[in-house]
Amino acid sequence: MDRAFFEQLAMPLFDQLYNHACWLTGDRADAEDLVQEAYAKALKGFGGFKEGTNMRAWMFRILRNTFLTSRSGLAAKNTDFLEDEDARPGELISHDATPEQILLRTESEQAVFAALESLPVAYREIILLCEAEEMSYREIAEVLDVPIGTVMSRLSRARAGLRAALGADLKQEVR
Amino acid sequence: MMSCDFDRAALAAYLDGESSPEQSAAAQQHLRTCTECAAEIAAMVRLRRQTRAAGSRFKPTADFRRKVQAQVVSRRPGFPAMRFATAAALSLAALILVIVWARQDATQADTFREVADLHVSDLASANPYDVVSSDRHTVKPWFQGRIPFAFNLPEFAGTEFVLLGGRIVSLHQQPAAQVIVGVGQHKISVLVAQESVLRTVFPLSHGVVVRDSFNVETWANHGLRFFVIGDADKAEVQKLALALSNANQ
Repeated sequence: MDRAFFEQLAMPLFDQLYNHACWLTGDRADAEDLVQEAYAKALKGFGGFKEGTNMRAWMFRILRNTFLTSRSGLAAKNTDFLEDEDARPGELISHDATPEQILLRTESEQAVFAALESLPVAYREIILLCEAEEMSYREIAEVLDVPIGTVMSRLSRARAGLRAALGADLKQEVR
Repeated sequence: MMSCDFDRAALAAYLDGESSPEQSAAAQQHLRTCTECAAEIAAMVRLRRQTRAAGSRFKPTADFRRKVQAQVVSRRPGFPAMRFATAAALSLAALILVIVWARQDATQADTFREVADLHVSDLASANPYDVVSSDRHTVKPWFQGRIPFAFNLPEFAGTEFVLLGGRIVSLHQQPAAQVIVGVGQHKISVLVAQESVLRTVFPLSHGVVVRDSFNVETWANHGLRFFVIGDADKAEVQKLALALSNANQ
């Protein structure tokens, strides 16, 4: 197996993977463990990597699977990942923040970060993959190992959740 | 509260650059007439821009990078010390190159996103122009004194293009001029900023690229960076870009 080739493909993703790991775990030390383990697994599995495969999606998928089997990941999996994928997307919108409230809240990066942190990890991760990593729906489907339809419905619920979180934050401040 | 029943998911997909040409056209058509959805998409753009910052919130330490790097790079036993040092220096140099390259690439993608967002928020705004005029002799002087540079607009009379207006926007925290040009049912944004303050390396060659389902042309000339972006045909974007480029020779 070609380590140099692996390094060439995998190391440019280092910063992004670390940042994503921090968002997943909420802890820098856990994130370092996670990233290190993901690189070790990826290196080991690199023989099965076909050239032309999307390296970024492949690495993020390994990072995610590593997270899901980790201590903090298992805890999250037992709660967050059991959500019902068939829930109708309209249902969450009732507690949605209005566009005006969103404009107000997004003045503060910290408010957005706090709202992201308050989301279930499944929502947080899909929002980050889409907005921060700027992945296409297809790439996200690869990372999460779900159909594109599920990406769309989960993303829409995650966004509604983010806005609800920003809205709830707003109500607290007004009070 | 919500009176408009236009599919929110379709709006989101449009913003994500994931809708088909037909769906994009339907979304654009709708956004022109529905203030509710226009406000909605403006909020989405805003929220997305802030969320994007989450992508660079946590930075790994240099120590940790070295640790993983060492784990990845092959170390053959019995390797002569000198050659190992050379190899280490080379891989460090390669790493720095990769970082610089990745950063430039990210900044470039970022700038394109910002340009696309500016264009979308213009479409979404009910009253997007600070100066409303179809006369280039009105629009051009309006910018004078408001931006720290000057540029020329081509003559639009007798062409399929209609000058709609202009406004000052901020691109990478720097003042930039946005001129909105209509062609048929479509709007095209022209963004002009100082190349030096963008500090971004762009390919210097011409050519229309597709970003976020928009056609974009960009080039630099005499220290100014031009973007032409819109959902209009590639050929129209190109034609407008050429006219602008010629006017600023």
